[in-house]
Parts: sequence; C-alpha cells; structure tokens
Amino acid sequence: MGLLSKKDTKLITDPLADNNPITIQVLGICSALAITAELKASIVMSIAVLFVLGIGNVVISLIRNIIPSKIRIIVQLIVVASLVIIVDQVLKAFAYELSKTLSVFVGLIITNCIIMGRFEAFALGNGPWKSFLDGIGNAFGYAVILIIVGFFRELLGSGTLLGIPVLGDPIEKTGVYSIGYENNGFMLMPPMALIIVGLIIWVQRSRNKDLIED
Amino acid sequence: MAVDTDKNSYTIIFAVIMVLVVGSLLAFTASSLAPNIDENERMEKQQNILYAMGVNGNVDKGDITFVSTDKVADEFSKYIKQQLVIENGKAKEDNKAYLIDIKKEQAKAKNGGTRRLPLFVGEKDGKTFYVAPIRGKGLWDAIWGYVALDADMVVQGAFFDHKGETPGLGANIKQRYFMDDFNGERLLTDAGVFKGITVAKGNNDPTNKIKDDYEVDALAGATITGDGVSAMIKKDLKLYLPYFKTLK
Repeated sequence: MGLLSKKDTKLITDPLADNNPITIQVLGICSALAITAELKASIVMSIAVLFVLGIGNVVISLIRNIIPSKIRIIVQLIVVASLVIIVDQVLKAFAYELSKTLSVFVGLIITNCIIMGRFEAFALGNGPWKSFLDGIGNAFGYAVILIIVGFFRELLGSGTLLGIPVLGDPIEKTGVYSIGYENNGFMLMPPMALIIVGLIIWVQRSRNKDLIED
Repeated sequence: MAVDTDKNSYTIIFAVIMVLVVGSLLAFTASSLAPNIDENERMEKQQNILYAMGVNGNVDKGDITFVSTDKVADEFSKYIKQQLVIENGKAKEDNKAYLIDIKKEQAKAKNGGTRRLPLFVGEKDGKTFYVAPIRGKGLWDAIWGYVALDADMVVQGAFFDHKGETPGLGANIKQRYFMDDFNGERLLTDAGVFKGITVAKGNNDPTNKIKDDYEVDALAGATITGDGVSAMIKKDLKLYLPYFKTLK
C-alpha cells in the first residue's frame, strides 16, 4: 500500500468535483466573487488558502479533544486569524514584495467560510493526517473554480491573461479588436463571477445527475 | 478524555490559557520582526520617491521595477539633493524628511495642528524634480502616492499604491498605464490657480494625448478608487502651492 489509502485519496479527489466546496457545498462564494477579476489574484488566493486550510485543519484536529464545545467557533477563528497574521508578518519581514501582493487577501482568508466550514465539519471529528488531506483537497477544489472563473473574467473582461495581452491592443485596434471585438467591461464586475459559477454548477449537475436535489 | 469539556470552569480556563498563548505568540512575532519590517518600509519609501522622479529599472512598457534594495540608500543620497520640511509656509532642510508619516500629519491637521509637509528635491539629467507624497482614501482602505513635479507644477512622474483595493479593479491604480497617464498633466491654470487633476470617466481621451485638460482616463470598475486619487491630488498637492510660488 502506498502513502495514501483508497479512502485517503478520496479525501483529496472528492472536493475537486463531486463535493466541490464552491459549487456543491456553496462555501467561499464571497472571495470567489471578490478577487477573480484577474487570474493572478485567483492563483495567489488559492495558494494562500491551501496553506492556511492545510495547517489550520491539522492544528484544530490536534486540539479537537480539548476544545470546549461552547466556544469552539471562537477557538477556530483565533487559530485561523493568528496563522494568517503570523504568516503576514513573516512575509513582511523577509519577502516584502510578496507580502504587498498578499495584503489584500489577509482579511479575505480569515473570513473565508471554506476554512471555518472544514474545521467545523471535518477537523473536529478526524485525525490530523486525514484532516490535512481534507484541507488540501478542499483548497484544490476551491482553486479549480477560482482559476476557471478568473481565466474567463480576465480574458473576456480585459483581454489579458496574467496581465499579458492575448487578444491584441484594444486602443490601437490590433488583433481581434481590428474586426470590431470589444472587451466586456461587465465581466470585471462581481455579478459576472456569480453567473460563471452558476454556469459551472449547471454543467457539473447536468453531467452527474446524482448531484441534483429534489 | 477524563476532563469534562462542557463545564463552565473548564471553558473559562481554556479561554484564558488560549488568549495568553496566542497573545504572547503574536506579540513575540511582531516585536522580533519589527526591525526588519521597519527597514523594509523605509527602503520602500525611498524606492517610491526615486521611482516617481524616473530613477527606476523600467525596461518594457508595463514594467514597474524599483531600484534594488541593496542600492537604494546610495541612489537616494545621489539623486535627492534636498529633503525639505515645509511648516507654516517655511521650508527647512531635514534629512529625515522621508520618514515623516503622512497619515499622522493629516490627523494632526484635522485636530487643529500644523501639518509638516515633506518635499524631496531631486536632480536627474540636469532636470530638477520636486517629489511630494500624497495620501487619501480608496474604496476599502488607504491609498497613497508620490508625485514628481517641475517648478511649474506639471507632473513629471507619479507612483500610486494602495493597501487593499480590489485586485483587477481599484488595484490597477498601481499599473503603468494608469500612472503614466499623469505625466505631463498640469495642476495649475495659466493664471496660476490650482486646479488639480481629475480621474474622469468618458473624457474621450483614452490614450491621454490631450495634456492640458486636467483629466486622465478612469479605470473600468474602479470609480471610487479613482475619485480617491483625484481627491488626494487636489487636497494634498494644493498645500504645496505656496512653496512653488516662492520658486518663481
């Protein structure tokens, strides 16, 4: 047997599709709308969540038996918040440029409901190794959706990908702009993210009928 | 486990211990890293000031490359000829002027105090630049910048930054295509009255060829951040007008 048993593998692969945190559990929608106007921000946010959710799940799982149930939400919140702040401080001291890119996301990570959701639903009832796998699995599931949404919003909204123009220059009218194509400014607005997430949910549910609730 | 985790006394003890542990952990991290963070912020200020007056490593159209951190202190003393602090209309030299916290000075002015205005006089290729720091509010949090002016208050270069504007929208004030639009824009009318620069929607000049319209093209989806930029330019740079009048 390898490093991961069949059950363990499922913990990672399930959130990628059939138990995706955004499209199925409908968690983390807020940040999915807020920061997906460009692909780079989506990727940065995904990595940050991967890190926080992976470590946070392990920490919560380690102390799950001694957390008083009455204040468990507060305890979870403190674990996330302190993790994020410590990481932010360390980056500020040793990787200043990177920390500037991330500063916007710090608040969004703390309030990300996927993190609280996984602590509450999984880490409180499972061992550290399983919790770690569940954490990174869900973070990847989150990343997949964020990157899909970010890809379409940046491509159709600004005509660029990762800041590099791919459709030509909208002002000089080169590339596809020469035949009358225009950037769709509406793509940059948060409602379009919701519509794209909606489309992903539609595609996903029409491919897998089990996901449709009555 | 033997402990009854539902008991009130246990909950309180747990909370107290947790607060102590987390609090000291955070305090320890913050205070042990503080010197490094201060040093980084100091270098960043110098880099920003130099960037605004055109001392940077930009090669391509979209580049924003600062003078590298190991060279910034030397370059700063090489290009910046004078650091001035303007207080009550009087300018005096102060080689720690770049450390002045604009946020604190703004608060002081609000409470009836006099605001100290730092101004950096730089020289590059025989041209004199006056770099002034500005600070204001964006949509979510603070925005700030450094504007390099010539003696007639025509913008020679600008650098903007923000704390938490939306990536892809308001955060784009940090992009070259926005900052470079300010180059050549005027702050004063021919009569010498301060007019400022407005970040305007639909000014029919997206490539910003017209330089005497006191307007630059706004960013899509970032109305409030753009208004914040207009406001901080109008408010903060206006304070320097008396000093620039003495240059004539």
